Amino acid sequence: MENAKNLEEFQAKIDAEIKIEPKDWMPEEYRQHLIRQMSQHAHSEVIGMQPEGNWITRSPSLRARKILMAKVQDEGGHGLYLYCATETLGVSREQLIKWLHEGKAKYASVFNYPSPTWADMGAIGWLVDGAAIVNQVSLQRTSYGPYSRAMVRICKEESFHQRQGYEVMASLMEGTSEQKKMAQEAFERWWWPSLMMFGPHDGDSPRSSNAMKWKIKRETNDDLRQQFIDKTIPQAELIGLKIPDANYKLLENGSYETSDIDWEEFWNVIKGNGPCNTQRIKHHAAAHDNGQWVREAAIAYNEKKEQKLKSA
Amino acid sequence: MESNLYKFCLRLADTSFILSYRLGEYVSHAPFLEEDLSITNVGLDLIGQAESLFKYAAEIKGGGITDDDIAYKREESEYLNFHLVEYPNEDFAFITVRQFFMDVYNYYLFTALKNSSDPTIAAVAAKSIKEVTYHLKRSRKWMLRLGDGTEVSHNKTQYAVNELWKYTDELFDMDDVHQSLVEEGVAIDLKEVQEKWIKYVDDTLTEATVTKPEHVKHSLVYGKNGGHTDFMGYVLTDLQYLTNRYPDATW
Ligand SMILES: [Fe+2]
Ligand SMILES: [Fe+2]
Ligand SMILES: [Fe+2]
Repeated sequence: MENAKNLEEFQAKIDAEIKIEPKDWMPEEYRQHLIRQMSQHAHSEVIGMQPEGNWITRSPSLRARKILMAKVQDEGGHGLYLYCATETLGVSREQLIKWLHEGKAKYASVFNYPSPTWADMGAIGWLVDGAAIVNQVSLQRTSYGPYSRAMVRICKEESFHQRQGYEVMASLMEGTSEQKKMAQEAFERWWWPSLMMFGPHDGDSPRSSNAMKWKIKRETNDDLRQQFIDKTIPQAELIGLKIPDANYKLLENGSYETSDIDWEEFWNVIKGNGPCNTQRIKHHAAAHDNGQWVREAAIAYNEKKEQKLKSA
Repeated sequence: MESNLYKFCLRLADTSFILSYRLGEYVSHAPFLEEDLSITNVGLDLIGQAESLFKYAAEIKGGGITDDDIAYKREESEYLNFHLVEYPNEDFAFITVRQFFMDVYNYYLFTALKNSSDPTIAAVAAKSIKEVTYHLKRSRKWMLRLGDGTEVSHNKTQYAVNELWKYTDELFDMDDVHQSLVEEGVAIDLKEVQEKWIKYVDDTLTEATVTKPEHVKHSLVYGKNGGHTDFMGYVLTDLQYLTNRYPDATW
């Protein structure tokens, strides 16, 4: 009975656009949904450091080096805010990382693709961060307070990343024929994976309904995807990139029609069969395991210090 | 013939640059996320310091050469960084000890160079000292945690100190290039830096329960004179990959 009343109050708050805060009552399913989604988001930021981290040492100019290194650092910072926000739901970061290594938690599938050239640094910033922004702008209005606030902070930096990525692509498109080719190929590599970032068609998405009712999610996958397509195609055309879709066309309402996504590829990579799934988790787990003695040393040192203080 | 001032700039710039390369290589490999971010901060500061000095070196050299040309388009023997910063990221103890040795050095070096008679060097030093003060605070703290943490961390730290010690002689070597700049008031007497360095490192090692190694003079052709360790060739192969592969491109 208590539960029904709580639930009613909870829904009333949601309907009135009042944020849910950590200490507020919330349905267990809401909490679980948020833990899953927010930790997945946190892991995505952190795993996303790898494909771009891959090129930091090979950055071709001092400026490019600073920008890329700072960008990858920002992503780590986003991961940190999001882990902290997720911890407000009563799970520790250690546990979240354990679930990641055990394959129980996911991260954005898009980071399971490799970054073979410098142009991938442009394409990832422009397209992957660009797609993330569309999603995250919408999540600024999500009903859980700590998540919403984390999104507001993160969105500002993501739009920098998107512009910097686009700038890399634009300058490559003004460069030598080899640079142009590099840019076009990277665009082709990342176009479809970035469209896949919005997830399956809404009808095929298992968890959409309550997420909408509880305003965790504010817009449908397909709507968000369309916003991204409509924003990105003109940007591509402006710098002379060819859209890797024979059927795309501009409609009278200013929106673009595109071919359907290769959903077999989408589900295959999610299942773990993408080019880099194993590599990404291995890298993360190795860093974590190699750091074990360091974390232990820091704890032991602090304990010794406290002991000394006590006995002093 | 390159001028002494040009060489002096490159010794400083290359040392920061190659160390930032190593820290850039470590991104996403740190023991925990906060540490990943903080190491990257240090790396970014170092690129900034290198960039200012490469710009100055380009100005000295003239003829339309850019900071990027200098940073990216030299032969290995033209890079003048210390051996110490070429040393790979063997583990977190090596990363910490390498950083600590350099941070103490930079702290005293830049403090003194604030009074350089060369206004550009003085300005770079004044700007860098704020950053380096923070770097040193951080690496000293880690020396204590690792040295006086667990038995494992202690042994790893002692081992890294022993292995890296031989590369520290170079930091204080005063050759003719340096000597003549000291006379002009541009550079500073490295003996003074050495005294302070030894004292600071000594105190920290003692507090960290790490033993200072016996001093043994090794036969090394110093990085500051263009001689390098075997590690350097791989660093440059990677660092110069795009500029070598596409010499006509700008980025
Ligand atoms: Fe991010
Ligand atoms: Fe994100
Ligand atoms: Fe980003």
